[in-house]
Amino acid sequence: MTKKSKVELLAQKIRKLSLQMVYDAKASHIGGSLSMADILAVLYSDILNVDPLFPNNPTRDRFLLSKGHACTGLYAVLALKGFFPISNLSSYAKDGSDFIAHTNHHIPGIEISAGSLGHALSVCCGLALAAKRKNCNWKTFCLVSDGELDEGSNWEAILLAPQLKLDNLILIIDYNKIQSLGSVKDVINLEPLIDKFKSFRWETFEVDGHNHDLLKTVFTNALELDGKPKVIVAHTVKGKGISFMENNLLWHYKSPSKDQLDEAIYELSKK
Amino acid sequence: MRTAFINQLIEVAKTNKKIFLLVGDLGFSVVEPFAELFPDRFLNIGIAEQNMAGVAAGLAMEGYCVYIYSIANFPTLRCMEQIRYDICYHNLNVKIVAVGGGFAYGSLGASHHATEEIGMLRTIPNMIVCAPGDPLEAKSITTFTAQHIGPCYIRLGKAGEPIVHTEDSLDISLGEILEIRKGEIIAVFSTGAMLKYVSDFILENNLNISIYSFPFIKPIDKKKLNQILNAHHKILTIEEHQASGGFGSAILELTNDLIEEGKLSKPPIIQRIAIPDKFISKAGSRNYLRKLAGLELNKSFFIY
Repeated sequence: MTKKSKVELLAQKIRKLSLQMVYDAKASHIGGSLSMADILAVLYSDILNVDPLFPNNPTRDRFLLSKGHACTGLYAVLALKGFFPISNLSSYAKDGSDFIAHTNHHIPGIEISAGSLGHALSVCCGLALAAKRKNCNWKTFCLVSDGELDEGSNWEAILLAPQLKLDNLILIIDYNKIQSLGSVKDVINLEPLIDKFKSFRWETFEVDGHNHDLLKTVFTNALELDGKPKVIVAHTVKGKGISFMENNLLWHYKSPSKDQLDEAIYELSKK
Repeated sequence: MRTAFINQLIEVAKTNKKIFLLVGDLGFSVVEPFAELFPDRFLNIGIAEQNMAGVAAGLAMEGYCVYIYSIANFPTLRCMEQIRYDICYHNLNVKIVAVGGGFAYGSLGASHHATEEIGMLRTIPNMIVCAPGDPLEAKSITTFTAQHIGPCYIRLGKAGEPIVHTEDSLDISLGEILEIRKGEIIAVFSTGAMLKYVSDFILENNLNISIYSFPFIKPIDKKKLNQILNAHHKILTIEEHQASGGFGSAILELTNDLIEEGKLSKPPIIQRIAIPDKFISKAGSRNYLRKLAGLELNKSFFIY
């Protein structure tokens, strides 16, 4: 086994903690957490300017997870980065816990609660606009799912961002190709997705959403360009990293049995 | 009322640098002076109210006191979930301003009649609901909302409503009930732009009854309300809103609470004048539509 990089280790731990949370709570939505785990690992390792000791630092970058149902991934990466103790995650989705099964803005490091889809991108436009009007240099990152692009409110924001030249806004699409009742292609085909964003006057990027080096490069390149908001279409696999969860709609809903959890953790450890 | 609002917002914005105005491509010949004076704190966001509410939330997260402005149903019903979840759940400093409350845009039809939004908005935690009764109330409510940190809804009429209050200016505090006229036995509780009609009716018919204006529908000063309820045998509530969930409902709920708390031993009869669970699908002036919806006082109401 080759030695793992820091980012690879982080991604692996995000996956393990996410699996443990959904197992403990018998909760849903593990597939979408696993698909974005590598994106989170790269963002929180190499890209975002955030400080666990000063989570509300006014100069921090703002990261908003729009697909709030994939909160286990975000809770995991924040815990691993030291925003709160990892042991807090054991309360996930249990009575009285702050770790609600959709993101909760009362938790350090979480900018907004999200759960109803198609909300965060508009909020991000407001944040990016505020930064522009106040001449601040921090950036706003928004991670949306592919399925939630069905929501019209996203397209209102997608129209607005280039009009305001919000080049401090980076939209990431976790394009895992599966939504609640089937494949994105069969429910509402988003293609040609890149062309849509180009015609809406965005700077567009496409990347393998599981390749850490490419992700880092694409974020770095995106941050260097001025004048337009940027979208990074990250091609991902729902359930990525666990063979029996990959590309399987069932894991939008199902929580693993003890045997399945053990098998999943074993698979991750082998990699 | 909208003129009183915008003029006062400009006054406040001269010293309060956090004021930001977002409009949904509406406000022709109203919002231009604000835009010219404060271009860095103004944006026409286009015809996209869900986005407007979300952007307002983002701006408020960064310290702005954001007013979002449009007509009737558009900044309210059209983006109700953004109001509930992005603005109110996060308790952000966003003020929702609707011009054309009730039937103000009469002939434009049901799409432009705001007759259900109070019932929806007042159920949302953290939300303050205001419906000023005349331009003086609108001016004071504007000042109040700029000082209050948290979500507010301001239901305005249109332009040209006459002033009802006799004072030069008002300084309305949270939940305050305003006494327009002190009479006996019966009191009319008016909210929003019904105030002028109520006031004229009582004057023209020479009735010795009380009139109170409620610029706040949520919250309402419960102590003051209790005093008024205790001092009258009959209350008439009047509003340009559906009967369910609106101002009259709020009064009934509070009255019931006061009875339950043992503070109101002889509760007055409460008669609600509101839209009786129907849409109005005729053209007509504001006054015509009010009559069609039954939003009228009648001398028989005052026989006790």
